[in-house]
Amino acid sequence: MAENTATINPELYKKTADEKMNARLKMWLEMCAHCGLCADACHFYLANDRDPKMMPAYKAKKVLEAIKKKNGVDEQTVNDLYETIYGECTMCRRCTMYCPFGIDVATIVSTARGLSVSQGKVPEHLLKAVLSHVEHGNQMAVTEEEWVDTLKWMEEELQEELPGATIPIDKKGANSLYVVNAREPKFYPMDISQAARVFHLAGEDWTMSTKGWDVTNLAMFMGDMKAAAKIAQMVRDVAEELEVKRVVVTECGHALRSLAFESPIWLGRDHRFEVVHSVTLFADYLRTGRLKLDKSVFAKERCTYQDPCNVSRNGGCARDAREIVKYLCENFVEMEPHGEYNYCCGGGGGFIPMAGPFKERRLKSGKVKAEQIRATGATICITPCHNCYDQLRDLNKEYKLNIKVLSFKEMFEHALIIPEELKAKEEENEE
Amino acid sequence: MNLYELLRGPLLWLAFGVFIGGMLVRVVLFVGTSLKKDRPIYRFFSWKWLWLSIVHWVLPLNETAKKHPIVTLVGFLFHICLLVTPLFLLAHGVLWYESWGISWWSLTEKVADYMTLIVIGCLLFFVVRRIVSPHVRVVTTAADYVLLAVSVAPFVTGYLAYHQYFDYYTVIVLHMIFGELMLVVIPFTKLSHFLMFFVSRAVTGMEFGRRKAPSW
Repeated sequence: MAENTATINPELYKKTADEKMNARLKMWLEMCAHCGLCADACHFYLANDRDPKMMPAYKAKKVLEAIKKKNGVDEQTVNDLYETIYGECTMCRRCTMYCPFGIDVATIVSTARGLSVSQGKVPEHLLKAVLSHVEHGNQMAVTEEEWVDTLKWMEEELQEELPGATIPIDKKGANSLYVVNAREPKFYPMDISQAARVFHLAGEDWTMSTKGWDVTNLAMFMGDMKAAAKIAQMVRDVAEELEVKRVVVTECGHALRSLAFESPIWLGRDHRFEVVHSVTLFADYLRTGRLKLDKSVFAKERCTYQDPCNVSRNGGCARDAREIVKYLCENFVEMEPHGEYNYCCGGGGGFIPMAGPFKERRLKSGKVKAEQIRATGATICITPCHNCYDQLRDLNKEYKLNIKVLSFKEMFEHALIIPEELKAKEEENEE
Repeated sequence: MNLYELLRGPLLWLAFGVFIGGMLVRVVLFVGTSLKKDRPIYRFFSWKWLWLSIVHWVLPLNETAKKHPIVTLVGFLFHICLLVTPLFLLAHGVLWYESWGISWWSLTEKVADYMTLIVIGCLLFFVVRRIVSPHVRVVTTAADYVLLAVSVAPFVTGYLAYHQYFDYYTVIVLHMIFGELMLVVIPFTKLSHFLMFFVSRAVTGMEFGRRKAPSW
């Protein structure tokens, strides 16, 4: 695959740098005391035999040096920077928790990614997905017809088991608008019927939408906040048009982070709706008894939970996941560390969609996660994030972990207790 | 006016002026730029997360302290002694009293002497760590060593002056020069973290806090 080549535009570089430089960045770039305490917070550093050049402060220093060259940037600088900011950081923000000053290296790297974009240096697949999102309203160029067909198809599938279940589309005034990741209609349509099943059993007043249904936002990982704002606006528009009370985000990490916490900044005002991650909603359903799980289904399995960085550390849902687990698993073991202190799986920050040239580094940096999982002795690793999900499946093969990687929805499909009155009447021919 | 009097009078005023004025400018610049370009700080402002973030790091109540107990211990000792010794040194107190007629509590000379040695010892630890640990070495710049030297010079000369090693007049003049030099460079270097630490901790604490996540 041809690596993308930088097209050096010093004026644009300077303009972008000046635009992006704010008081916090300037403070952080200047104040780093070079104490080195961030080193072992980083999974890249640990997985690459403690290579000093993988430590967060070193990466931040490289960014600072590149920004200092804003009055005469050269191709070498841009190319070097590219390797560091795209190839050696998932912007998981773990190092910030271990930095005495609280320096946000992820924000520094995100800024640098934006600078790289201004010089045409972006991972090809990431750019493609973002362009597709802006053009087609979703990152995988699913047409409206295909989308609606998929919803209808999933509805029919579901109705075989639950005759009353529907997948409402564009229902104005619904309590919840459910938004997904484009790979669900594209590759994992069952995710949608699994979610519909949960909503039906919980008696939720919900809807999906013909537009603005892809809640992913890969532009965030390009540091391209203008494109990110455009993409977030699609979801916001549809949610506000349908006057829903809340938007429920599918089991996806960066989608929650971008819609709930970043897009109100990009778009200048708060949303007129609440944003809830599936994990939080599921926990709420279980707590209030709207959903009931049969814990014996997974009794023979040993389960662990992979905290997606953008669901736990950057999304605040670590506790909600633990609550679900109490209703779902007899035998649950935590990874160490976990919750907000989890290590990134290596698939975040755009690494999964960046694919090809980044895969080797992704699998290598995942070593830390693989060892964490192995230490739990788990047979099932639950994760409510599409990127973690893909990465864990790859790590499972690469490091021979012998685990099953499952989302909560997938587990619910087996463990949900369906009240008799909602079940389809059994046909006589079945014994 | 001899050199001693110059350092004791006008240059000291100048040093304090640059130090305080410089830090004020730093803060004003931060607030000025941030009001335009860092709106989230104000939009998501929260006293709760601001204080939580600061308290967890002003005290060793964070994961880093657990993970790196030795660096944390040395770091705390260094900072405490560095701040407390010059402020509560008896000899400094006498100078304040002579000039302004004000006085406050002082350390005994023996304690101050040990605290000075602690500052020097901790600093040596930092220097060795910078050289020995590959991950610290890789980010270390010449400026880091210069700032360590600037920070320790007043303590070394202060120690020598108290014990009257070498020529007292020369040593005390050097001590004053280094002390004033340190004050002057603070606003223009990483040493400004004595104040910016609180700003950065507040900003990050609130940013994590609005996601209900700790930053410690």
